[in-house]
Amino acid sequence: MAAKKTFEYAPAPESRAIVDLKSSYGLFINGEFTDGSGSTFKTINPASEEVLAEVAEATTADVDKAVRAARTAFTRVWSKMPGSERAKYLYRIARIMAERSREFAVLESLDNGKPIRESRDVDIPLVSQWFFYYAGWADKLGYALPGNGHSGANPQPLGVAGQIIPWNFPLMMLAWKIAPALAAGNTVVLKPAETTPLTALLFAEVCQQADLPPGVVNIVTGAGATGQAIVEHADVNKIAFTGSTAVGKAIARSVAGTDKKVTLELGGKAANIVFDDAPIDQAVEGIVNGIFFNQGHVCCAGSRLLVQESVYDDVIERLKRRMTTLRVGDPLDKNTDIGAINSAEQLARIKKLTAVGDAEGAERWSPPCDLPSNGFWFAPTIFTGVTQAHRIAREEIFGPVLSVLTFRTPAEAVEKANNTPYGLSAGVWTEKGSRILSVASQLRAGVVWANTFNKFDPSSPFGGYKESGYGREGGRHGLEAYLSADPAAAERPPGRRTKGAHR
Amino acid sequence: MSRIDVRKTYKLFIGGAFPRSESGRTYDVTDSKDTFLANAAKASRKDSRDAVIAARKAFGGWSTRTPYNRGQILYRVAEVLEGRRDQFVSEVRASEGLTARQANAVVEAAVDRWVWYAGWADKLAQVVGNANPVSGPFFNLSSPEPTGVVAIAAPQDSSLLGLVSVIAPAIVSGNTVVVVSSYERPLPAINLSEVLATSDLPGGVVNILTGDIAEIGPWLASHMDVNAFDLAGVDDVELAKELEVGSAGNLKRVVRPTATDWTADPGLSRLTPFLETKTVWHPIGV
Repeated sequence: MAAKKTFEYAPAPESRAIVDLKSSYGLFINGEFTDGSGSTFKTINPASEEVLAEVAEATTADVDKAVRAARTAFTRVWSKMPGSERAKYLYRIARIMAERSREFAVLESLDNGKPIRESRDVDIPLVSQWFFYYAGWADKLGYALPGNGHSGANPQPLGVAGQIIPWNFPLMMLAWKIAPALAAGNTVVLKPAETTPLTALLFAEVCQQADLPPGVVNIVTGAGATGQAIVEHADVNKIAFTGSTAVGKAIARSVAGTDKKVTLELGGKAANIVFDDAPIDQAVEGIVNGIFFNQGHVCCAGSRLLVQESVYDDVIERLKRRMTTLRVGDPLDKNTDIGAINSAEQLARIKKLTAVGDAEGAERWSPPCDLPSNGFWFAPTIFTGVTQAHRIAREEIFGPVLSVLTFRTPAEAVEKANNTPYGLSAGVWTEKGSRILSVASQLRAGVVWANTFNKFDPSSPFGGYKESGYGREGGRHGLEAYLSADPAAAERPPGRRTKGAHR
Repeated sequence: MSRIDVRKTYKLFIGGAFPRSESGRTYDVTDSKDTFLANAAKASRKDSRDAVIAARKAFGGWSTRTPYNRGQILYRVAEVLEGRRDQFVSEVRASEGLTARQANAVVEAAVDRWVWYAGWADKLAQVVGNANPVSGPFFNLSSPEPTGVVAIAAPQDSSLLGLVSVIAPAIVSGNTVVVVSSYERPLPAINLSEVLATSDLPGGVVNILTGDIAEIGPWLASHMDVNAFDLAGVDDVELAKELEVGSAGNLKRVVRPTATDWTADPGLSRLTPFLETKTVWHPIGV
């Protein structure tokens, strides 16, 4: 197939001037920026490898300081404050996020490498929306647990929540974690990912602007060791983690034998199933959105395309044609579809797994595209001729790489879709309503997008089956993960458990 | 001359059948006064794996039955349970050392608990599910689904009421279970398996192993085809921790052991841990 030439666009970069970057950042503890007691690390722009700022690497002692601040704020201020007052702080944050959305969008694209079109139109609007949604819950907690009037009449916060978030949607993940935790009356110690700490640190300024009481939100930057210090801290009541399944399992082991509550939102290998009666052009848009949105750095990405054999040729041809129009390049350019891979490490992983795909006999295809010489880049790629045994069909690549498999019957599609230890999301494309409902009910996945993909909303629960983790984020279910029906829950030290103690 | 009674061989309950332990082992079961009651089968690692296979095999059919049908079958269990009341009273009395009156109350509470859970089958989705008002033209619905195969360490002391209070909530939503009974008080569990076998409950939905949780528990915790572990009957703090650590291998949903008053209203506390929430999106348009 001849590559179709895309329109030439003049560069249309979003200005960076709106962002006022400091050369170094400390930790945000008890309402103030403080120097960490350990070393520092650099965060770079993955599209250019330019150093953006130096950031403190929080030590165990720093984490302890943050947890103490969170505990004090929880006991003295936040848990005692009427929900209606907490709500006002969250509404303030939602409004400030909307006011400063362009600044946040630019900074997010700088530090993460995602296209400004996505940070501006998806990430940051959802952040504001998330705080606005959960703000309204803060004074309605009596309605949050099922069985209202029974076990859920007067639900209580859990205490101090330790939250560890990934680099793929830095600020959006922050909002998913902090908004429900605060609405429920918890205080938080949050660690952003080491490659994307900047928007979380800018968010700390928003907390100051909102006059949020000191210690309610604490932000500690660092890598795995900092995260581990949070997970293992004896005075943390709740761990919320989004990231890899391997780390999720380590956390589950670490909290065993304690009273800590945990929610884990982990990896995925979602099947995106296209039936022969699907609206093919819409499906192709959904496939592209499913795997190339955010460079494929999406836990719920539709990374396994299952196409019914009878429409296979048509789907692949139209998909390839569509892929030739994708624009890869400067994340700050408003016309960019696919930005930079977030880090050298992630790029190496994508290259390694795609090399395995070649070696195992799958056929690789990418549209012709010029990649910038600096920074970390990977062209949108599909592999055809993939079988279920191939590693690129089993392992999460977390990049713009699609593995294409085929099927003949709905039963085969379901069986292949479910043939994974993951169970986060799935997609179904067909015009037949009864088939959607049947297939959706058989898929073992926490989110099923039918004739759409990668949609998120604060009112809609998100989270996985099986090794994609447990607990849900978003909606009433997401609030439940930060509440206890047991009024004395927050009174007890979470660190250890003795026989006979209530959870 | 008085008649010599016919005694029962107490066996395991796996896949709807009553096998002996493949290990050939049994252990003495005594009443609360140390009088010999029976030789119970002492389940092995292999028995626990067989039970998981049976539970997995039964999951597809059981989880896709209509909630109404599951509710009917659970109610049928309660009917048969009620019919065997005298037998349960004498077994609970012997194993828990209760008076006739106390044992009667326990059995009544167990039957009532089962009836209560039976009714949840076709109501749970309305209580824990939600229509989600997303900010766009999408139909968006969250509904509960069973998590899969649930391993259960049944309470050690409350041999009937505690037992039904952990089994019924797991299966009513469509899960299938592998239960390790109370070690010292296994007879009500075996009797319950006979009730389950005659109540239209498909084979494999409930599998009951008599034996030592300290021996079998680690195999269930590390089993990659078990989706959740209810540690209700794990009294040893260290063992509970070990089983929770083992369960992390495939991220089993773990219910930690707590001091539980089995006579108290359980609410949703044992129903929701074994549910997954599935959210389905569809565009709205013409």
